[in-house]
Amino acid sequence: MNKQLVAGLFFCLLPAVAIGAQYDITVDKVQIDTGDFVEEGIGYNGASPGPTLRFKEGEVATINVTNNLDEMTSVHWHGLILPFEQDGVPGISFPGIKPGETFTYEFPIAQAGTYWFHSHSGFQEPNGAYGAIVIEPEDREPFRYDRDYVVQLTDKHPHSGDRIMRNLKTSADYYNRHQQTVGDFIGEAAEQGFFATLKDRLMWGGMRMMKADVEDVQGFTGLINGKGPAQNWTGLFKPGERVRLRFINSSAMTYFDVRIPGLEMTVVQADGNNVQPVTVDEFRIGVAETYDVIVRIKDEKAYTIFAESMGRSGYARGTLAPEEGMEAQVPELREAPLLTMADMAGHMDHQGMDHEAMGHPAMNHEAMDHAAMGQREVADEGMNHEMAGMDHAGMGHSSGNALPTDPFYASGSGLSPVAANGGKFLSYSDLKAQHPLYEERDPTREIELRLTGNMERYEWSINGIKYEHADPIVLQYGERVRFKFVNETMMTHPMHLHGMWSILDVGEGKWNPLKHVISVAPATTVYMETEVDAPGEWAFHCHLSYHAAAGMFRKIVVEGGPEQRGGNS
Amino acid sequence: MNRHTFTERTLIFILATLILTTPALAEEISGKETQTARTFWGLAAEKLEYRYSDTDEELAYIEGDAFYGTDELKLRWLLEAEWDKAHSAWETLENQFVIQTPVSEFWDAKAGLRVDTPKGQNRRYGVLGLTGLAPQWLEVDTSLFVSDKGDASMDFEVEYELLVTNYWIASASFETRIAFHEDRETGVGEGLNHTETGIRLSYDLAYRSFSPYVGVVHERQYGAAADMTEAEGGDTENWFAVIGARMMF
Repeated sequence: MNKQLVAGLFFCLLPAVAIGAQYDITVDKVQIDTGDFVEEGIGYNGASPGPTLRFKEGEVATINVTNNLDEMTSVHWHGLILPFEQDGVPGISFPGIKPGETFTYEFPIAQAGTYWFHSHSGFQEPNGAYGAIVIEPEDREPFRYDRDYVVQLTDKHPHSGDRIMRNLKTSADYYNRHQQTVGDFIGEAAEQGFFATLKDRLMWGGMRMMKADVEDVQGFTGLINGKGPAQNWTGLFKPGERVRLRFINSSAMTYFDVRIPGLEMTVVQADGNNVQPVTVDEFRIGVAETYDVIVRIKDEKAYTIFAESMGRSGYARGTLAPEEGMEAQVPELREAPLLTMADMAGHMDHQGMDHEAMGHPAMNHEAMDHAAMGQREVADEGMNHEMAGMDHAGMGHSSGNALPTDPFYASGSGLSPVAANGGKFLSYSDLKAQHPLYEERDPTREIELRLTGNMERYEWSINGIKYEHADPIVLQYGERVRFKFVNETMMTHPMHLHGMWSILDVGEGKWNPLKHVISVAPATTVYMETEVDAPGEWAFHCHLSYHAAAGMFRKIVVEGGPEQRGGNS
Repeated sequence: MNRHTFTERTLIFILATLILTTPALAEEISGKETQTARTFWGLAAEKLEYRYSDTDEELAYIEGDAFYGTDELKLRWLLEAEWDKAHSAWETLENQFVIQTPVSEFWDAKAGLRVDTPKGQNRRYGVLGLTGLAPQWLEVDTSLFVSDKGDASMDFEVEYELLVTNYWIASASFETRIAFHEDRETGVGEGLNHTETGIRLSYDLAYRSFSPYVGVVHERQYGAAADMTEAEGGDTENWFAVIGARMMF
């Protein structure tokens, strides 16, 4: 056969190849070496993280997933818009993949950007079952770069997911080693006076809440693309290049504050969607979010990618360097933040008013109006007193350094982020869509979702109801629903809606950004809108693995639609 | 006869509760499939220690706890036992089998059966208790017991953990038993029987799974209970040096 004929045949076949991308993925037990410890985990194609899947917008993806475990598995394509049967949530979208079975996912790639995939079965995801997805757009990108890297952040823990959950249920503060100690008391008393400190401790102790409740699960090693801080994942560049970094937070429980000392980062994409570029010194990436940033590197030297956990209990570290083996200085972890009374406001509302004093059913209706009003004032007053009392003692902390206000944190919150170099820290308010995907229109209705929990019992719920006891949220195809998240807990929750976009309300109308995860800080109210354009049954949950497992999870049923598929509603 | 009726009733109550709660616990399978978890178990020895008294008495002591269940309902086995080296016998050996359910944000109610099989007289009791977290992080556990002979008594335990550092923990504990009736065969007198006050300093060596400690325990008997002990030639007040470990799996 001559070469020309072979070439001719090859080009004839090319179009057939171009319409679809096919991947074979095996789900395996793997050894995960973080540099600090080696643990058995779960990975894809023999490794954790699994392979980076690359697609082009408009093609059809075919992915054969073979389960080599001795338990059920599943793969969820996080952030992808696809038919619900392909979404990979066992018990909602499909039955799951049995041991030894191969399941073929097939769906059109309807978007571009950076996403990821992970198991939605048991605790396989915290155990290592995740990988990255990169989708090239049909049209050219609205920004320029010379090379790009996936920077997948994870938090590998020496304990298995099952064990972590069990320990949290036995003792909710099992993994919290940032609690306030006798030494802290003495230090604070010296600074602020003994009685003020005592009063502060008694106030928090009276509510049985902890200022140090920022991170549920500490003791992990932060990884970048599967490499621990000592193993130092390195991305190479040539001076003068623009490098696109596709940050993906695939950790089970950890928010990271990311910076590259010496470089400014231009955020061009959030959760896979192009945003109007904003240049920052640092950004916080919630669990399951993705941010694409472009850095322009002029000097021929190494730079550290430093991702500190929000509670400062661990970090991930990697390097950008002109050649392999170069390193830059690794910063120290900053001081661990403490929650303030501002972060507790939501909890107090919930506890003091809704629940006990008022008695919801009695309050709601006409008979109570007259009498109840008075009662309510009393309750309010009672609370104000307490709040006033707290101001002196509890807030002393933050009143010294005036924190920049960010509407996505409670005013005076201990979690309000500040850039290490004093520069610009990305806020949700900075995110504006590059090209709005939907026509702007008024929402058809509002659904209030209170994020609730009981820290002491390690129970997490929505509207006070856990997944196993909750009715699905029913939406109608064609609606535009406005979701109101009210965080009544003291923890930050990354809320993830499957199958449809979450349009985060940053007050920019049609320029509000499209996301798949909305992070809701303690004692804040955040709104998002959703064009209900995907029929079927979808999962909706907090993406902190153990919060989802403990019940902060819902099924969403979309009724109606052009092609009502099977499904039991 | 009276005694049998009571025991049987208690047993029927426990069995009925177990049967009723089993289906709730068996729901797990469907939950596991989709990244949610419903049933949990835990095993702990809050105290596992060797005690040496100021009168050269040597004791081994264990306070253990095992549970299985959901957030709404747990089965618990609580064990408290004291092995006396000199007599090679269980000075006390209490087993409580209870079901436990939340009654408020920080409090659980429990009900079940207590079976005592120490040296000497065995006893069975019905148990009704309240356990939880009081303001200022006081862990409180209190129970009411009614024996198969119709004698009632009450236990009260409170514990506070002070974080010297995030790994060195000083725990102060206090427990007492008050009886409403005398039960001479088991050495229980009417009124305040005894108090046990302890301070232990532990270090979390391997997570919270293994935390060795040293401490001091003061035990004292009162009133009729003390009289009975004195009549037998025992000590009504003891200071112990203790060494042991807290374990949690």
